[in-house]
Amino acid sequence: MPKLKINNIEIEVEPGTSILQAAEQLGFEIPRFCYHDRMSVPANCRMCLVELEGAPKPVASCAMAAGEGMVVHTDSERTKKARKGVMEMLLINHPLDCPICDQGGECDLQDQAMAYGFDRSRYHENKRAVKDKNLGPLIKTVMTRCINCTRCVRFGEEIAGVTELGQLNRGEDAEIGTFVQKAVSTELSGNMIDVCPVGALTSKPYAFNARPWELKKTESVDVMDAVGSNIRVDSRGREVLRILPRLNEEVNEEWISDRTRFAYDGLKKNRLDRPYIRDAKTRKLREATWEEALALVAEKMKTFPSEQMAAFAGDLCDAESMLALKDLMNAFDADRLECRVDGAQFDETQRAGYIFNSSIAGIEEADAILMVGTDIRKEAAIINARIRKTWMEKRIPISLIGEKADLNYPCYHAGKTLQDLEKMVKGHVGKVNAQKPMMIVGMGAFLREDGLHVHGMLRDAAEKLGCIKEDWNGFNILHTAASRVAALEMGFVPHMPFEYDEMSFVYLLGVDDGFVLNRLHPDAFVVYQGHHGDAGAARADVILPGAAYTEKNGIYMNTEGRVQRGRKAVDSPGEAREDWKILRALSEVAGHTLRYDDLAQLRERMVNEFPQFDLLDELAVAEWQPFGLNGKVAGDPLRSPVQNFYITNLITKASGTMQQCSETFHSEDAMYAEAAE
Amino acid sequence: MLADKDRIFTNLYGFEPFNLEYAKKRGDWDGTKDIIAKGRDWIIEEMKKSGLRGRGGAGFPTGMKWSFMPKEVNERPHYLVINADESEPGTCKDREIMRHDPHKLIEGALLAAFAMQAHHAFIYIRGEFYHEASELVRAIEEARDAGLLGKNAANSGWDFDITLHRGGGAYICGEETALLESIEGKKGQPRNKPPFPAMAGLYSCPTTINNVETIASVPAILKRGGEWFAGFGNDEKNTGTKLFCISGHVNTPCVVEEEMGIPMKELIDKHAGGIRGGWDNLKAVIPGGSSTPLLPKDICDTVLMDFDSLREVQSGLGTAGLIVMDQSTDIVYAIARLSHFYMHESCGQCTPCREGTGWMWRLMMRLVEGNADIEEIDMLLDVSKEIEGHTICAHGDASAWPIQGLMRHFRDEVEARILEYKKAA
Repeated sequence: MPKLKINNIEIEVEPGTSILQAAEQLGFEIPRFCYHDRMSVPANCRMCLVELEGAPKPVASCAMAAGEGMVVHTDSERTKKARKGVMEMLLINHPLDCPICDQGGECDLQDQAMAYGFDRSRYHENKRAVKDKNLGPLIKTVMTRCINCTRCVRFGEEIAGVTELGQLNRGEDAEIGTFVQKAVSTELSGNMIDVCPVGALTSKPYAFNARPWELKKTESVDVMDAVGSNIRVDSRGREVLRILPRLNEEVNEEWISDRTRFAYDGLKKNRLDRPYIRDAKTRKLREATWEEALALVAEKMKTFPSEQMAAFAGDLCDAESMLALKDLMNAFDADRLECRVDGAQFDETQRAGYIFNSSIAGIEEADAILMVGTDIRKEAAIINARIRKTWMEKRIPISLIGEKADLNYPCYHAGKTLQDLEKMVKGHVGKVNAQKPMMIVGMGAFLREDGLHVHGMLRDAAEKLGCIKEDWNGFNILHTAASRVAALEMGFVPHMPFEYDEMSFVYLLGVDDGFVLNRLHPDAFVVYQGHHGDAGAARADVILPGAAYTEKNGIYMNTEGRVQRGRKAVDSPGEAREDWKILRALSEVAGHTLRYDDLAQLRERMVNEFPQFDLLDELAVAEWQPFGLNGKVAGDPLRSPVQNFYITNLITKASGTMQQCSETFHSEDAMYAEAAE
Repeated sequence: MLADKDRIFTNLYGFEPFNLEYAKKRGDWDGTKDIIAKGRDWIIEEMKKSGLRGRGGAGFPTGMKWSFMPKEVNERPHYLVINADESEPGTCKDREIMRHDPHKLIEGALLAAFAMQAHHAFIYIRGEFYHEASELVRAIEEARDAGLLGKNAANSGWDFDITLHRGGGAYICGEETALLESIEGKKGQPRNKPPFPAMAGLYSCPTTINNVETIASVPAILKRGGEWFAGFGNDEKNTGTKLFCISGHVNTPCVVEEEMGIPMKELIDKHAGGIRGGWDNLKAVIPGGSSTPLLPKDICDTVLMDFDSLREVQSGLGTAGLIVMDQSTDIVYAIARLSHFYMHESCGQCTPCREGTGWMWRLMMRLVEGNADIEEIDMLLDVSKEIEGHTICAHGDASAWPIQGLMRHFRDEVEARILEYKKAA
């Protein structure tokens, strides 16, 4: 453990710590542009120069490892002079167009120029201009502002695994660009905007919308996939203006996928903003009042026998509303509940059988990964980034059984069917050298009739491949729906299988999936509660307008079983209400008033019955118990549930940005795939 | 004047063919096996005794550099990389070695590689040296055919081979770590140090990078003894013989091998036929390739050509490429032209060099006309100080020094130009 002195304060640090990190531990701020703690250290901006006694020149503190006996000065005259010089150099060719720059107010260059720069320019020559690049529908470029820190290049190369961006030319003519004129096609591209310390890369959808200080910042959780990425929702009035990542080392580190970041414009389109009732005569939907709508639903609920009543919970639901719905249905003695609206068949009785046991951060411990029935890059881009990170560090072997996927690390494609898995298990049983092998099973393995048998077979395979050890559970289910794990935890599943077309009363809580809708009886009375008008609303007899994830406080459990809280950032449009409140109101009209009057009481009830919801942001280890059925499984090839990364749910479907991305990237992918075939 | 018997590079002018047959007649590949038999410790000790300092410009003691390599070869192999990317303006010595005396280089490579336990050497040759590259390839193939390279090279028991790598024409690839990047197939941009190449160099393996002249001097030193080599020169820190490249306003520009520490005047008068129009017509000399600060005539009168004497007069021996300028020279423009060169060749990685070299060139071009304020001279010097020492590699320093040298010795002239311009306007 080297001991060094920084500004006359002694500190002992871990070997390999840089001077910059050591100084940070002591609370000394060292300015920097190119340095980013999740990427390699190029030391090219030279802003972090400090004086090191005994060194002839100032050293780049980000790249110099702390050594025994070093004496460092971060605020000496020499250090200050070096910084001022570098700052001046950074600014001479920078356009200084802060008033019209979207980065203004949250710009590293602006802030550090204030702190470390001169107050006037000595540069009287012409400034350099750089041609802007077209990087696709998400990233707006003003390349003249670029300071060539290469953070975006390194992000692409090291984290996203795309080598499209690079620094072209040299010297003054050096510029960041794509080698061939092409959009940056990574599902993580939005993070390049975040890592850019200046206004060279900014968000295209957010361009000229707001200044950071006008925005209300709400810390929340994403629902676009089952990862539960931590986000910050920036809003003004009742409009969500942008979504940014929030640091959570256990989940998303500091990245979010483009779907999480850019789908927010879908929150403004196709919204259900008032109740509707289908007219008995014309069979057309007409506008209605809340009283009318709730009265009608309550009346119908009283009419039908409980064994003909069913409720389904969709992919974006919060736990509170699902619990309220469950309580309401139970009050009517109805227990036909289902949350697996995509038709996935698996055994939900054992927690270890349906969660991501190793945890997302646990991927970094794995030394071999087998994926089954998943295109993880499309289903959970952030988890995929973690796998890539692990591969970058340790070059672990990774294989895949299922549909061939375009992954950003080498992956051995071991087959398309579960029979290939059987073969693999036979060949490897007892021979697995990996200490912490990991199996990731996607929903693609369960979207079939014999899902329960598949589940049992996978359990068996995990055990035979050594994934289950005393201190290591490498069996992982990757969900695609943000609501799913919470729903399973609180038993939003039927006690007995039931036929959907025998139901006379169906309550759809944000369900638009064809799997459910196509199976309903044409005469069934359908209530749709949700926030977007789509297939579910089109089928409904009554529509109750609910709130989207940015418009309500809600608890979500991600695929690991991690409890996280989403927070309300803006109000819902029109007469739409928070979902649990709608159910509470309905219960009153229907004569079975639920026993909670506010969210706190509802949560209290939830925690009382399901204590696991009290473990905020913590993970409980699930016990390894038998699950699934034994027996033969069919030989159909596995297919990933997510074919188009950009369009996976109602919000993305309504989002113009996501449509554009889909046209730019997805159709391009499809074109290349076709050409390759 | 160096006696012919003491010359290392005996075919510098190509009076004889470069091939193996003639090279052997000149003494190359003689007793190579015996030298290797003496062991690597002996070789490194002898190199240290010789006092040879790297001939690429920085002048780091070669023996010491070799001794930085790990003593044992672990899982990563050791590499020797020979820097033949000779691009410093005013320098043309390695080129002569490679086209007329390549076997000295190849033999030296074997000896050096053995000393640092490398089985493979890479020669990174400047892309523009097409002719030299093809001659070098022929020489390497000749050596390979004769069993001097390959398994059990020259019957020494040491396996050794050489790969020739042609550069793409970037000056910065002559910087040792940029050169490594370039060999690895990446964009030639210098790396941060530490880690030093001796720890993690080419493909992250322990690597030593030496200049062509350094390596080509090795066989002679080991054959004739370190003490013989150390016998030349002014003191124990500036020893041996050295190739000097003399260009510019001299009567007979040439490359010549001379003793380290020869007075500059003697060197120019004896070998380059003197200054055009006589010694008194001298204005300034850039003593060691374009990056070293120029020296005015009064210093040139007496200065000795070695590392430390030139450092004392705030310049440097560099690559020993003398650029001689007589009174007809527009000295401001000459330096401005060098500024343009450094701007054009900056790799663009670090901020001060990328941005600052262009600023300095633009200012210099205004100073050429005189279209500036006197205070801007100080500002220019200040800018040059902001670049110097603040970059990853020495390119930033190299761009700053010529300007600092100009202002140190010819500030009057620059100021006069400004005043004249103001008067005319």
